[in-house]
Amino acid sequence: MERAGDIIWINGPVMRARMATGLQMLEQVEVGEQHLVGEVIALQGDIATLQVYEETIGLRPGAPVYGLGMPLGVELGPGLMGGIYDGIQRPLEAIEARSGIYISGGIAAPALDRERRWPLEPALTVGQTLHGGETLGAIVETPLVTLRLPVPPDVDGEVTWAAPAGDYRVTDTVARVRTASGERELNLMQRWPVRQPRPSAGRLPPVTPLITGQRVIDTLFPIARGGTAAVPGGFGAGKTVLQQALARWCDADIIIYVGCGERGNEMADVLREFPHLSDPKTGRPLIERTILIANTSNMPVAAREASIYTGITLAEYYRDMGLHVALMADSTSRWAEALREISGRLEEMPAEEGFPAYLPSRLASFYERAGRVSTLSGQEGSVTLIGAVSPPSGDFSEPVTQHTQRFVRVFWALDKALASARHFPAVNWVDSYSGYVEEISPWWAEHVSDAWAAHRARIVDILQGEGRLQEIVRLVGPDTLPDAQRYLLFVARLIKDAFLQQSALDAVDAYSTPPKQAAMLALLANIYDRGLAIIARGAPVGRLQDEVTLWPQVRRLGSTVANQDTTAIAALQEQLYAQLAAIEEDYRHERHSATI
Amino acid sequence: MSDIAQRSDARLHLPTAQYIGAAAINGPLVMVSGVRGVAYGETVQIAGRDGRLRRGRVVEVGADRAVIEVWSGTSGLVAADTSVRFVGRPLEIAVAREMLGRVFSGSGEPLDGLPRPVAERLADVNGLPINPTARQYPRSLIVTGISVIDCMNTLIRGQKLPIFSGSGLPHNELAAQIVRQAHLLEGNEPFAIVFVALGIRHDDAEFFRRSLQESGALNRTAMFLNLASDAPMERIMAPRAGLTLAEHLAFEHDMHVLVIMTDMTNYGEALRELGSQRGEVPSRKGYPGYLYSDLASHYERTGIVRGRKGSITQVPILVMPNDDISHPIPDLTGYITEGQIVLGRELYGQAVYPPINVLPSLSRLMKDGVGEGYTRADHPALSNQLYAAYARVGDIRSLAAVVGEEELSDADRRYLAFGAAFERQFLNQGRDENRSLEQTLDLGWRVLSQLPRDELTRVSEQLLDAHYRPPAAAAGATTNEA
Repeated sequence: MERAGDIIWINGPVMRARMATGLQMLEQVEVGEQHLVGEVIALQGDIATLQVYEETIGLRPGAPVYGLGMPLGVELGPGLMGGIYDGIQRPLEAIEARSGIYISGGIAAPALDRERRWPLEPALTVGQTLHGGETLGAIVETPLVTLRLPVPPDVDGEVTWAAPAGDYRVTDTVARVRTASGERELNLMQRWPVRQPRPSAGRLPPVTPLITGQRVIDTLFPIARGGTAAVPGGFGAGKTVLQQALARWCDADIIIYVGCGERGNEMADVLREFPHLSDPKTGRPLIERTILIANTSNMPVAAREASIYTGITLAEYYRDMGLHVALMADSTSRWAEALREISGRLEEMPAEEGFPAYLPSRLASFYERAGRVSTLSGQEGSVTLIGAVSPPSGDFSEPVTQHTQRFVRVFWALDKALASARHFPAVNWVDSYSGYVEEISPWWAEHVSDAWAAHRARIVDILQGEGRLQEIVRLVGPDTLPDAQRYLLFVARLIKDAFLQQSALDAVDAYSTPPKQAAMLALLANIYDRGLAIIARGAPVGRLQDEVTLWPQVRRLGSTVANQDTTAIAALQEQLYAQLAAIEEDYRHERHSATI
Repeated sequence: MSDIAQRSDARLHLPTAQYIGAAAINGPLVMVSGVRGVAYGETVQIAGRDGRLRRGRVVEVGADRAVIEVWSGTSGLVAADTSVRFVGRPLEIAVAREMLGRVFSGSGEPLDGLPRPVAERLADVNGLPINPTARQYPRSLIVTGISVIDCMNTLIRGQKLPIFSGSGLPHNELAAQIVRQAHLLEGNEPFAIVFVALGIRHDDAEFFRRSLQESGALNRTAMFLNLASDAPMERIMAPRAGLTLAEHLAFEHDMHVLVIMTDMTNYGEALRELGSQRGEVPSRKGYPGYLYSDLASHYERTGIVRGRKGSITQVPILVMPNDDISHPIPDLTGYITEGQIVLGRELYGQAVYPPINVLPSLSRLMKDGVGEGYTRADHPALSNQLYAAYARVGDIRSLAAVVGEEELSDADRRYLAFGAAFERQFLNQGRDENRSLEQTLDLGWRVLSQLPRDELTRVSEQLLDAHYRPPAAAAGATTNEA
């Protein structure tokens, strides 16, 4: 390692070095005797500005700076599943083994275990032409994840040697390729710079929903595979609980969970729980398809800034194998604050609320790395990005929320008032939206129910109508409204209790399959229409509310009806129809025209 | 050099460098030129013509220039005549078990007239981040004897649960009651209290001291006092000193440590004062951009780690300026801590004690510390139902304010009755009243039974059968039929 220069100025994680030999922009560096990891963030004359990812207390001017000759990167290969890493991909378990309960500086531990052997099923034959992104071979990393290792994108040539099936370490050569620039040896791992998106053959339209089992999301505000979503909410609104529910239940092949500047106990919770939670499809422990990146709020701030890039680069790697990846970043506001903190120490001119002017472009380039793509080897893979936003005082007009909103297509606005009433998930149905409804409607029609889009629109209408009526109710009370409108309020409350609320702690309710969601949706939409017709005949709304005894059963549908048992929902609808018909009987000959 | 400095030098055998003369003094900052080999973050001792020793740390260092932040005030310093001594180590305090029962200043100097405790070791006050993989997820409930906390916002050992209060509200009384009454459901393990005063009034500090003394906990308490009249810069230091001792007691002496820090708002303001004097770019309301990271570096020093018997639980208290929960300090605190207990002026005005505003209050660790196998099987559902019902009371009250109570439906009127019973019987309790968990949960069911059974959709039919007991008057019909 070459000594590139000396430190001349230190202010927290930011420092300047006088260069002896040329450092590149964004080059990874190591600083001081402890070899603290850092990165070049600015070059001016012979002065390089560095940000350092570890605690810098005790560092002195004059300390050496070493250039690594390559940008900050991550190691990609077998052995990452189920692991927990800090913001620059240092394995926290290995660090614990070395330095005990506290994380001390300057501990170098490779992300991939160099000694472990992996059973490789090679896919190459000698003499074949090999292009970047094509499969080197397959490794079953965990029972849930089979890796089809892509060769680095810049490889192009003829295979001159391929290792036979067998057990290999990540650094063992398993193939040789003759390329234009000479012979190249391939092993099971590769390095990739975190700030550079990995290439793909092209983007595909997002037409398949990412099923999460959360009714308010899948049905009302769905997200597509390869889509982007933001979850903004003040503290206590349930962002983390929702993110964890998505990590648990969504039907992605791989989950990457980035705890960016969040609580240590929360990460401990995930680490404790995920090995015991089972995948809804296979029943295997969820941790077998999950990677955690944990840079808690008290860990160095610069590594927090790097953590979401580390996460997305890992996600792209699995995407390139033809897998569907979901990345949860909790929270992007803490990432933006890290950006602000470093910008402040660089004495840059601030834009809004002290954030640097490049905040929107950084956010954009992050969210643009999501997508459903055709990989270099012609498979289909996707990265779905779900970013939590923690707006100060829950005010969505602040810069991070505002800019994020411009770059995502789904917005799940969490509402403090709903959370206070213990309505979870506290997704506000008026402020939230999804830009994927049109594109994924055909999927629902084909796989679940033809009527899904129509029923969904009905429910959205009712909820929107309720929002308008509530304003009147607040002024004059509910009794002055016509019966049809009071019935709408009644059904809206039913929708909230029965459908939108979902208990993450209830074994049955925690996950609703698409057929169950569609059946519940149909019941609510049908009951509304049926009741409205009876009111139009002159029945007072009070009779519908009081004489139908099955409403409590409707409210408990989520937790009482098992996912496989959609016929029970249809049966309940028939019983409700019967009770409504009994009321209707009294008004058979009356001909009132209802006004809504 | 003073006696203290010589003693610590003799003990540590540290290479120190001394410089005479400061290039500039600006508020708490001292700039020194011509220095060599100064480390970022190292401790500095500064003495002026008056001979008084001040402590500080290096906050920025260039090739031959260092910026020092001085904690105990720069008044009396003369630029040319200031002696600056670089100690060569980050700021450390001596920690020892015998510090329990003692009173210290914010920077760890004894204030009780007794000699300095014999150090078991010197610990860096900044601490190090706990590795998330080493953490053990906290699950043991601490019973406080206060119904609304035990039932709806349980305090878990290893949790950081702040009290958000307003000026004049009884947060000190509440914290003192928690300290007096807190115990585990079972077991009797060694515990200690670290009390950190941050710019509070003298009488508030005295209130805590007396209250701890009366409950017999004073000899298990270490107090770090930075009062309103003390140097604001020392406020930066006080939580670090207190938490460093707490970590020592918890992870070296297997003690269960409860840390009370009051008032974090004053701490944040000291940080802002320093930031503006350093000419930093301010973010919200003039607070520095790193306020979140800085607060987190204290709050995150809470928890339990695998393989050690002790634990640290934090109850920071902060007074929300103008009762504004969206002020940066409560706002950022809420994002870091595992919930919050919010006091409300309206309830206080109605003579409800503790005036805990239930709806914005939350305990994030509660979900895994209550219920079957921990407290009682009905606990989680009961708490949820109380929350949902009380939220509805709020809606109905605002409706009643418009249309009048007479116009409300029967069910709505029963919600109002429930609301009143909840506040008067469940929430309200004596300052010395120590309710058992059983009492609290049964009381919860009693007030909930004011509501019609059909409204209680958050609890299962089985639980309703077991616990729902409507008062005779409200449910005469039901009783007659039965």
